[in-house]
Amino acid sequence: MLGAAGLAAAETAVRTPAFFEPVAEPAGMILDYGSLLVATCLGIFIVVMGLLIFTIIRFRASSADDGLEPPQVYGSDQLELAWTIVPVLLVVVLGLVTAGRIVAIQRDTAPEGSLSVRVVGHQWWWELEYPGYGFTTANELHLPVDRTAFLELESQDVIHSFWLPQLSGKTDLIPNRRNVLWIEPKETGMVVGQCAEYCGTQHAHMLLRVFVHEPDEFERWAQEQQRQARTAPGVEEGRALFARTACVNCHTVRGVSEIGRFGPDLTHLMSRTTLAAGAATNDRANLVDWITDPNHIKPGARMPAMKLSEREIGLVAGYLASLD
Amino acid sequence: MSASSTPGNPSLTGGAGATFAGSIHEWVTTVDHKRLGLLYIGSGLLFFLIGGVEAALMRAQLAMPGNELLEPQEFNRLFTMHGTTMVFLVGMPIITGFGNYLIPLMIGARDMAFPRLNAWGFWMFLFGGLVLYMSYFASMGLYGAGTAPDVGWFAYAPLSGRAFSRGNATDYWVLGIMISGFGSISGAVNMIATTITMRCRGMTMGRLPLFVWMMLVVSFLILLALPVLTAAQVMLLFDRFLGAHFFDTQAGGDAVLWQHFFWFFGHPEVYILMIPGFAYASEIIPVFSRKVIFGYSFMVAATIAIGLVAVGVWAHHMFTVGMGRGLNIWFAVITMVVGIPTGIKLFNWIATMYGGKIQMKTPMLFCIGFLGQFLVAGLSGILLSGAPLNWQLSDSYFVVAHFHFVLIGGLLFTIFAALYYWFPKVTGLMLSEKLGRWHFWLFFVGFHVTFTTMHVQGILGMPRRIYTYPGDRGWAIWNFISSAGVVFQMAGVLCFLAAVVLAFKRPRRAGPDPWNAWTLEWSTSSPPPAYNFLTLPEVRSRRPLWDLKHPHDPDWEHE
Amino acid sequence: MTAAQALPMEGSSWNRGRVGMACLIFGESTFFSIFVVAYLFYLGKSLSGPQPQDVLEFPLVATVCLLSSSLTVVWGVRALAAGRRWQAGLGLALTVGLGASFIGATALEWSRLIFQQGLAIDTNLFGTTFYSLVGFHAAHVILGLMMLSGIGVGVAAGKVTAQHAERVEIVSWYWHFVDAVWLVVLTTVYVVGV
Repeated sequence: MLGAAGLAAAETAVRTPAFFEPVAEPAGMILDYGSLLVATCLGIFIVVMGLLIFTIIRFRASSADDGLEPPQVYGSDQLELAWTIVPVLLVVVLGLVTAGRIVAIQRDTAPEGSLSVRVVGHQWWWELEYPGYGFTTANELHLPVDRTAFLELESQDVIHSFWLPQLSGKTDLIPNRRNVLWIEPKETGMVVGQCAEYCGTQHAHMLLRVFVHEPDEFERWAQEQQRQARTAPGVEEGRALFARTACVNCHTVRGVSEIGRFGPDLTHLMSRTTLAAGAATNDRANLVDWITDPNHIKPGARMPAMKLSEREIGLVAGYLASLD
Repeated sequence: MSASSTPGNPSLTGGAGATFAGSIHEWVTTVDHKRLGLLYIGSGLLFFLIGGVEAALMRAQLAMPGNELLEPQEFNRLFTMHGTTMVFLVGMPIITGFGNYLIPLMIGARDMAFPRLNAWGFWMFLFGGLVLYMSYFASMGLYGAGTAPDVGWFAYAPLSGRAFSRGNATDYWVLGIMISGFGSISGAVNMIATTITMRCRGMTMGRLPLFVWMMLVVSFLILLALPVLTAAQVMLLFDRFLGAHFFDTQAGGDAVLWQHFFWFFGHPEVYILMIPGFAYASEIIPVFSRKVIFGYSFMVAATIAIGLVAVGVWAHHMFTVGMGRGLNIWFAVITMVVGIPTGIKLFNWIATMYGGKIQMKTPMLFCIGFLGQFLVAGLSGILLSGAPLNWQLSDSYFVVAHFHFVLIGGLLFTIFAALYYWFPKVTGLMLSEKLGRWHFWLFFVGFHVTFTTMHVQGILGMPRRIYTYPGDRGWAIWNFISSAGVVFQMAGVLCFLAAVVLAFKRPRRAGPDPWNAWTLEWSTSSPPPAYNFLTLPEVRSRRPLWDLKHPHDPDWEHE
Repeated sequence: MTAAQALPMEGSSWNRGRVGMACLIFGESTFFSIFVVAYLFYLGKSLSGPQPQDVLEFPLVATVCLLSSSLTVVWGVRALAAGRRWQAGLGLALTVGLGASFIGATALEWSRLIFQQGLAIDTNLFGTTFYSLVGFHAAHVILGLMMLSGIGVGVAAGKVTAQHAERVEIVSWYWHFVDAVWLVVLTTVYVVGV
């Protein structure tokens, strides 16, 4: 079994999602391009700021001023020409470099042998479908290292934006449109990101984790995910309760009910490290808390408090905790 | 500003103004461009305090990870109201106010071209602002549990549509901005008509003060951009009230179309707010450097160039929506092109100071702050214009830092400079230099503590508009520093308010021309009489008062 | 340059009224452009019927009425400037009559579309963009009609005379603008769009 339990503690430690520490393409290409741009701008900054500071210090009126006006200089065509042409040249060079980088990074079609993933934005969680494997998960994306993943980005409701700074730049998920994004991870481990386009009340809790595995490890994880939901002994009552209540209107658990589409697929809930798109860690206590009143963990969340008794909540939570 | 407490102030108090009610009546019914200008600036400053409190609340919430000071929706309303307020109810009225007050004085006219339209415009603006703030009390209907809009100041579809934004909060946003927009449009018409038809003898277009030139370009941009927003908002209203489908993605509508419309307004809007800042700096820097502006005609040309390019760059706000390569390249390159005329301006201002005798008075301090900060804002703008880098930085705190460098580091600093510079003209009283310095340094430090750090949060992957964040992202310390800067900024603003109060409590007369300046507004008394000039002036150069003060070396021999 | 110069705009026909009206027309043009862009952008993207080519008929009568009203208003304004009161009144009355006929034709078209063809603003993207664009134009025609009627009454009552001719001419600019917008709307909706 992989996911939370299968990964060493070091691999689930959250690192700052700084784009200057890329672990994939195109983030690496973007960083190279960005460094060039930053260096150019830094050069301009030093020259102009130096000129400004020199002018302020050098030409500050002295206390022993004679009260006469300084010589009036009305302008100079040569100077104007100079500080027009130099920026024009800079813009030409930067423009060409930028155009080249855009062409190199933007891809419309999936390259041969890439892993296809469909990402659907919801208020406020990520639906992740692996069409090649026939399963759907949520909020935690698993990718194999050194293989291009080609992501199709869509939205179920409002505009969201998919952003994992260490993997690639962001691309929006827009209803009625289909955007694409490619990622080629270069290192294994976990990186974090989150929705980057304001999408309503809980925009702040639309977090995303990506686990990059060795290829065989990834295949094992995918096989685990392809299984129907486990029927563990001792949780039959909770399972029946889950199937009987409104839970199944929104949540799919393959093998129990597959009509729910509004909420995350729970077939292998316990293979994920977090609940509610990263709002809480995924453990029994938080599960109970979440089912009792989602607003307690994530105010404004679309999932309603189901008004179950304490015993029923315990049973459902017990069942969900068995779904690894 | 308390008008009736100013003795011997012909433009601020009249005969009927002797009583409080009479004074109110005069201000409400006034069509005088100076009073309307002051009403614009005064109400803009009031909204500035409100918007500032909203910002302070947000910074308090974000000072620590997982903070529970504010509910998510409260936070979302705050950033919506803060952005909307600062752009539409602070920036717009203050720039219109200065334009109103100064254009007739600078071109030697007795009033604006359409005084009554001018009054109408102000009251539309104020009414629009009040409609927006009514949402806090009324948008849920009669139950008293109102809410403000929480869709962000650019109200992206479909979040702002009926399906995802129930109740009337968003309608208040639409109607408030639309109504105040009518005011801005009428103000622009007025400024254009005034500049073109009301100039005094000898005031050719080539002799207009740069302030007037820049406000002319701004007015054209307003005419070009504001109706676009109005049209898009009408469409949104039709969607929300009549069941139309402009931005309804369920019926084939396109969410990205709203973005195109909004930013076709929104990017010129940035220049509508920023060019007036250039206008103030272009008047103030020469006076406190004791030198004529360097390269007048290039400054005019650069302003027009910025205005033209400004309408072709809008989609650089949309590099992440999945435009094709061609569009991405166009909008990246054309955005970099904006840097050329902007750079020309920066160099001309520095060249104006170069070889001068720079007097570090408060207005000049704010202008120097502006020059340095605007340089940073421009360069971070170049970074953001590079589409691939933008894919990383857009919608992060880097962008928040960038546009606060533009709007605070650029615009607000020049507004403060302008307030200190023209306050003596408006009231006849000097503001305290000492408090002015405190104001500058406190605000300068606070600004950089808050907003220079914000670049870092963005580079570390923090998206904007989140009401909270986990403690394990490495953002906490930077956010705490950002929040701490607010204290300094507030202290700075308090110094300004204290300076204004003190100016009236312990008046120091300014006289008509306290800065030894050169444009026409300094040739009349402070405050100017209701009719501005006893006899309409006649000018022979761009600096009529220089000609008067230096009859042996007048400007018109050099132009 | 010589020092003694006339007021910059002296002797020029660009007084504040003309500049103001030109600015207003400029702003209104950008407003209409957005609706035209939206109309063209959504052309053929409606998910359900009716489509433009199924229900729209070329509005020949309305177009002739509105375009000819631009001529009658010129005729009336010239008469006013020349002090021919009755001719001015007739010109304005004709203009108002032609404009009202245009509105009448639009009303007939709308009622046919709504009640016979089942096309309302919330039916599909075509309905949304069509009624918004054509409706805003019609609203401007009505505004122009109100201004011209007011002036016409003034002329009839002898309150508006030759000395007001210039201001009336500025109002007539607005009417010409409304006409020009109709040409754009006509091209967009009834020529390109079907």
